Amino acid sequence: MTELKKISSSPHVRQEDSTASIMLDVVIALLPASIMGVYNFGISAFLLIVICMASCVASEWAFEYFSKRKITISDFSAVVTGILLALNLPPSLPWWMAVLGSVFAIIVVKQLFGGIGQNFMNPALAARCFLLLSFTMSMTNFTYDAVTTATPLAMLKAGESVDLLRMFMGSTAGTIGETSTAALLIGGAYLLFKRVIDIRIPLSYIGTFGICILIYALASGRGWDWSFVAAHLCGGGLMLGAIFMATDYVTSPITAKGRWIYGVLLGGLTFVLRSPWNSGTAAEGVSYAILCGNLLVPIIERFTAPKCFGKGAVKHE
Amino acid sequence: MNKAMDRIKNGIITENPTFVQILGMCPTLAVTTSAINGLGMGLSTTVILIMSNLMISALRNVIPNRVRIPAYIVIVASFVTIVDFLLQAFLPELSESLGGYIKLIVVNCIILGRAEAYASKNPVVPSIFDGVGMGLGFTVGLTAIGLVRELIGAGSVFGFAIPGYEPIGIFVKSPGAFIVLAFLIAFLNFRKMKKKKSNTSDTVCRMEDCMHCGNTSCGGKFFDFDGDTDVVGHVGKKEEKKEMEENANE
Repeated sequence: MTELKKISSSPHVRQEDSTASIMLDVVIALLPASIMGVYNFGISAFLLIVICMASCVASEWAFEYFSKRKITISDFSAVVTGILLALNLPPSLPWWMAVLGSVFAIIVVKQLFGGIGQNFMNPALAARCFLLLSFTMSMTNFTYDAVTTATPLAMLKAGESVDLLRMFMGSTAGTIGETSTAALLIGGAYLLFKRVIDIRIPLSYIGTFGICILIYALASGRGWDWSFVAAHLCGGGLMLGAIFMATDYVTSPITAKGRWIYGVLLGGLTFVLRSPWNSGTAAEGVSYAILCGNLLVPIIERFTAPKCFGKGAVKHE
Repeated sequence: MNKAMDRIKNGIITENPTFVQILGMCPTLAVTTSAINGLGMGLSTTVILIMSNLMISALRNVIPNRVRIPAYIVIVASFVTIVDFLLQAFLPELSESLGGYIKLIVVNCIILGRAEAYASKNPVVPSIFDGVGMGLGFTVGLTAIGLVRELIGAGSVFGFAIPGYEPIGIFVKSPGAFIVLAFLIAFLNFRKMKKKKSNTSDTVCRMEDCMHCGNTSCGGKFFDFDGDTDVVGHVGKKEEKKEMEENANE
């Protein structure tokens, strides 16, 4: 018998993209940030990235092999999860914690909920929060040039001044991938150019957060302090989160209106969680903001679903 | 006596309140940070459950139907107060670590559930054994969760530390309770499914769907209509057999 062809309804759009090609684009976009991370933090950062990638792929293969499912390691999604997780870790983290985080990300967050496309929150971020709650000391121990230093955000909170140019280039303390705003922006531009991500989420996320910080600066008597706003935008995981994590296909809304709402929501949540007015709380809030946002995505999609043609019109009597 | 053992087995295995009925989740998730806390909470609940089952069963013909819930609450609350004071007097450390959760046993849905579902309709002796079974089932569940959480999250077993182990702190925090409970339930369901499958292994595919079919040798090909599998062959064998039998009869 001849091979059966699948027939779908129109429009017959030809699309060369596949999961693997999109994920490969994300890997390419993450390269500048990874290279800057290795340049800044040395061999330990490189090893962490490799370990996370390898253990993510290995745990995905192992789970799918032993539960007799289709092996999906060739679509690069586990590689992306591994790199994203590594970029969210401090460079001095012991290797076995990174392995544990990778296993948690792939097996508990992704595979137990049904594998690729079924996870309800970002695996890399969930693993980061898992590690943060488990090993708070190791996860908040940021070193730069082998000296433990405060992150720019912690310094901002303590009222110290920060060097904006160094924050932009990335030669500050922080996690492997979050410090270099320049490298992250290059990666983001590549993804936008290749149309892998949509500008709506990063724009509304960063925009909302910037406006909130500006209002806070005005309210706290700093005046139109643009360097304070810029420092908050470049500091912490905001750029990494807005460009690479919030735009994750599986855990972000698919409707255009929903994406604006999602971005604004994340910006507001990040501002509240970072709470620059309260020196007692943690300096960083991007991870938890995006995880909270992930949970609200089904509701956002439900209320922003476009109407079918011919439905929803007002009836004229 | 057989009936008594049946009630106890029912409580611990068949209708385990924690893993099968998923009742009493508030203490299950909140106090199981260590095995000893789980054991203490479970045993306190068991004592109260036995006493309240006894009392409610004895009074089942006296309590008016319309005010039965307030009556149950009063009975349960009396026993909770007694147990709470006893714990404070004799086991002050445990009482402190369990905190308000001992008092919250008053509104524990296992106790009210057993009162409503069993003790109010059955004689005293079976009700006591029902309380024993359910209480022990709850104790087993809580101790198991506490043991796993303490082992992974604090690196100790019943308070004895394991040397050279770095604890994964999240397991003694609240997210860990959900993760451990989910894994234990999944594990028990997995074993139950396996047992069921080996008991009812069909040799011919059922007509409904592959979900309720025990024929593992088919591998889901029976309903694979668009695939290249010879679907007719599968049904055909059964029909051939029938035909052969009919031929033989003739």
